Amino acid sequence: MPDLLDKRLVFVTGKGGVGKSTLAISLGLAGAARGKRTIVCEVASQENASRVFKKGEVGFHEVEVADNLWAISIDPDESLREYLLLQLKVRAMRDLLVRSRIFNYLAAATPGLKELVTIGKIWELAQPDRKVKKASGYDLVIVDAPATGHGIGFLSTPRTFADIARVGPIHSQAKELDRFITDHETTGVTIVAIPEEMPVNESAHLERELTEKVGMSVDRVYMNALYPERFSSDEAGKLERALDDSEGAAKAAIRAALSEYRRANSQRDQLERLKQAVSTPVKALPFIFKPTLDVEELRWLSGAAG
Amino acid sequence: MADVAEILEGRGIAICAGSGGVGKTTTSAALAAGLAARGQKVAVLTIDPAKRLADSLGLKELENEPRQVDPSLFEGAGVEMRGELWAMMLDAKATFDDLVQKHAPDAETRDRILQNQIYRQISNALAGSQEYMAMEKLFEIHQEGRYDFLVLDTPPSRNALDFLDAPKRLTQFIEGRSMQVFMKPTGLATKVVGRGSSMMFGVLKRLTGLDLLTDLSEFFQAFSGMVEGFTERAKRVSELLSDPATTFLVVCGPQGEPIEEAVYFHRKLVEAKLPVGGVIVNRVHYETEADLEGGEVEDELGGLLEDELARRVAENFADYQALAQRDARNIDHLARELNAKRVIRVPYLDEDVHDLEGLLEINRYLFATEEQREALAASGAG
Repeated sequence: MPDLLDKRLVFVTGKGGVGKSTLAISLGLAGAARGKRTIVCEVASQENASRVFKKGEVGFHEVEVADNLWAISIDPDESLREYLLLQLKVRAMRDLLVRSRIFNYLAAATPGLKELVTIGKIWELAQPDRKVKKASGYDLVIVDAPATGHGIGFLSTPRTFADIARVGPIHSQAKELDRFITDHETTGVTIVAIPEEMPVNESAHLERELTEKVGMSVDRVYMNALYPERFSSDEAGKLERALDDSEGAAKAAIRAALSEYRRANSQRDQLERLKQAVSTPVKALPFIFKPTLDVEELRWLSGAAG
Repeated sequence: MADVAEILEGRGIAICAGSGGVGKTTTSAALAAGLAARGQKVAVLTIDPAKRLADSLGLKELENEPRQVDPSLFEGAGVEMRGELWAMMLDAKATFDDLVQKHAPDAETRDRILQNQIYRQISNALAGSQEYMAMEKLFEIHQEGRYDFLVLDTPPSRNALDFLDAPKRLTQFIEGRSMQVFMKPTGLATKVVGRGSSMMFGVLKRLTGLDLLTDLSEFFQAFSGMVEGFTERAKRVSELLSDPATTFLVVCGPQGEPIEEAVYFHRKLVEAKLPVGGVIVNRVHYETEADLEGGEVEDELGGLLEDELARRVAENFADYQALAQRDARNIDHLARELNAKRVIRVPYLDEDVHDLEGLLEINRYLFATEEQREALAASGAG
């Protein structure tokens, strides 16, 4: 199986708040650094990429944010319009449909349609031969996917849709999307965790669901934001003893060191738990002691992650 | 700044809202435990607690109905339990099924709905149905009137609107005018929208195939008798949410992005005229009052530790202080945006919270005054 970044399409998933967006952008930078024309897709209009690269909001446009790196925020309504135009080929017919009240109620009512057209757009971006007129192809498409609960629903949409619409063009297109995202040669998935109880549990759960329910192969699990082991247990003992004799800033500093020691330790336990709980190789990424993560930090992280 | 007891005084419902991964479940459980220990009969409705947390509350299998947490567990942890703590885990699908059961005019309609493909998708996956079912369950338990206080932990919505729009979106869907269209597909062209739509239907059929349209049509027909009941109930759920006895607590983390989300969420709650009690910021790195430069800290440590260790302790301290300063800046920004409305800071504890003792630890911060919190944090209780 090809290496993660040698696939065409990579989904970055995980529990909320674990740094999926940061990792998606870092992987994007890593791909771009290998000379691949890369695009990072957001699906919940977070505009993280534009913030990091200090660009205006990208919206539903492919915008170059760094060398070889593009970003897009996929809006389901825009995706649906684009899809309809590609299907119907006649703009007037598309507009007739989109303007119709009934069509809009229907589109809003059909469960999973938003997710389906979003994945459709992702698929379109990942085609060597783009469907959208005059659009250039990408070597690598990275998706900052929704958090766990929504993520599984999101990625299984094509499969579910193919079941609901048993025949007709939507059925065959949903099947094609499902085939594409479950093809281990072209599409990869990574799960991001942080060294805490719930994210570790959810990662194991997510790996199982992605494999069994969606039929994807998980390529890699990242343990993000792992504290460094700055102090040994001997040193922690010395710090404990020095705590009582200290005062003021020295006391606060020793206390901070002991906290770091305890956190680093409990995080190592979580790292072990994660390794036990998943069947995919785990790659650890260090916690970055910076108030905010800017391009510089993400470039550094892209080296460690890629 | 105030303590949480002040915010909850005289209320009957607290709803913990916020984006994923900020500690909502833990906060909800800690709030409920604190209120129960102080003498109320409290139920906490959680979404998906850490297994170890559920285990440590003695709730091996959390069900879709509240179960009582054994009071002796609290006494074992050195806390007097003067009230009762009940806990349940929301099962959105089961709640939806119950709702259908309750509103269906007869058994045949009920079964038709429960087995419909579209229904099965909606009750599982329609964006917002988990959010709505959380509120629905809250309403149901509130109706029964068996508790003094209810704490609702909300699903990790991608954004505030997912949560707040849920009742509206769901009723819109169920009562959707599209339904009427489906019920009389033949009379459609002339009656409802004129010529355009029959062509539209043709186009649609070409895109979707007939099956999908048939399933939708069947679903809407089966649901048609229940629309009124559903709509009425959704209205009452909305009323409960905006009742003055309800309070929303926004939960967030101290980093830039979660803070911005909390500001946004707070604004949306205010715009929706929902009662907001305050914001709880979890995992805060407290600033140390002593503001010595790194070099000086190292000097002070010099007498206590060998040089090389002292250097590393000072370095770690500088890193920690940088995070503490960031957190303080972000929380100032939050307090300004909220017009100094109540912000409660819970420190970043040394251990991940997943047991009763951890909850009680958090509790001490939630129910402390701001001065007590500073003192607790400075004494290294965290």
